[in-house]
Amino acid sequence: MALSASQLNVGDSYSEQIVDDLTRTQIVQYAGASGDYNPVHTDEKFVTEVAGYPTVFAHGMLTMGMTGRMVTNYVGDGRLTYYGVRFTSQVWPGDTLTAKAEVADIRDEDGQKLVDLTITTTNQDDRPVLTGQATARLDD
Amino acid sequence: MTVERFPVEASHILMFARSIGDTNPIYSDPEYAAGTEVGSIIAPPTFAQSSAQFDPDYFLRPKPDKKWFGSGRTASGTLVRDLSEADGDDVADEREDDKQSGAAAGGLHAEQHFTYHRHLKPGDVLHTVTYDGERWEKQSKRAGILKFSEAVTEYRDEDDELVITAKGVGVVTEKVIDN
Repeated sequence: MALSASQLNVGDSYSEQIVDDLTRTQIVQYAGASGDYNPVHTDEKFVTEVAGYPTVFAHGMLTMGMTGRMVTNYVGDGRLTYYGVRFTSQVWPGDTLTAKAEVADIRDEDGQKLVDLTITTTNQDDRPVLTGQATARLDD
Repeated sequence: MTVERFPVEASHILMFARSIGDTNPIYSDPEYAAGTEVGSIIAPPTFAQSSAQFDPDYFLRPKPDKKWFGSGRTASGTLVRDLSEADGDDVADEREDDKQSGAAAGGLHAEQHFTYHRHLKPGDVLHTVTYDGERWEKQSKRAGILKFSEAVTEYRDEDDELVITAKGVGVVTEKVIDN
């Protein structure tokens, strides 16, 4: 289901809980699918004894992927023209994340209606772990 | 990183969608997808990053003939010092040294951007070209000196048409960030 420009207003928002109690196993699953086997994400011994972190942490790209699911659920499949993020804080096993998109602008480019979204994903302590923008094609 | 051949396959898309917890049938069910606007299975928006699977030299994948920096018999297969053989104080000191070096973790991912010229679907065979972008430094209270570097990757199809432009920003921190 795509969004219609005529039914959308600046300030409209949509949010989803994108993960509840993130597991180490899901981080391993993402490592396997993406091909990023950096041991900081999966190897407790390396990450605590060598890298010096309290435990393993999620790939930024896993948070971007899960946040992307919220975005495509909102704007529809195959509608994105841009999706970009900044990773602002680490995501740890046990975290529960909520992703929110807010309509920043509705515009017209060469006859195509577009929506610009501001995206924020926060953890259970309301700390932003990801901020970003997305642009998607709209129906008229 | 340059990938000469990145074949986009349905089973890879299925596994990738599962790993981000996305059960949308557009990523797995060809019959469902045929009845939608896009008309076929497509890949999730961040799937292009898994082109790493097709980079023969990707440094974050263990290789059978090379030492790996993750743990095995010891905490890291590539640390020059064997921490287990040093005496207690030295171990503590050396661990502290390692912790001061964010580089031990290979740096962190600071930003990622994708511009979509069209969406990926099974059957696409892509190749990539990566250019180095800007480099800059920043002072941070939490992590000391931050060294940023930018890389732009173009994903092109068999007709050499641009499909996705990706921009990644990596950062190496002076100190570990653990919050």
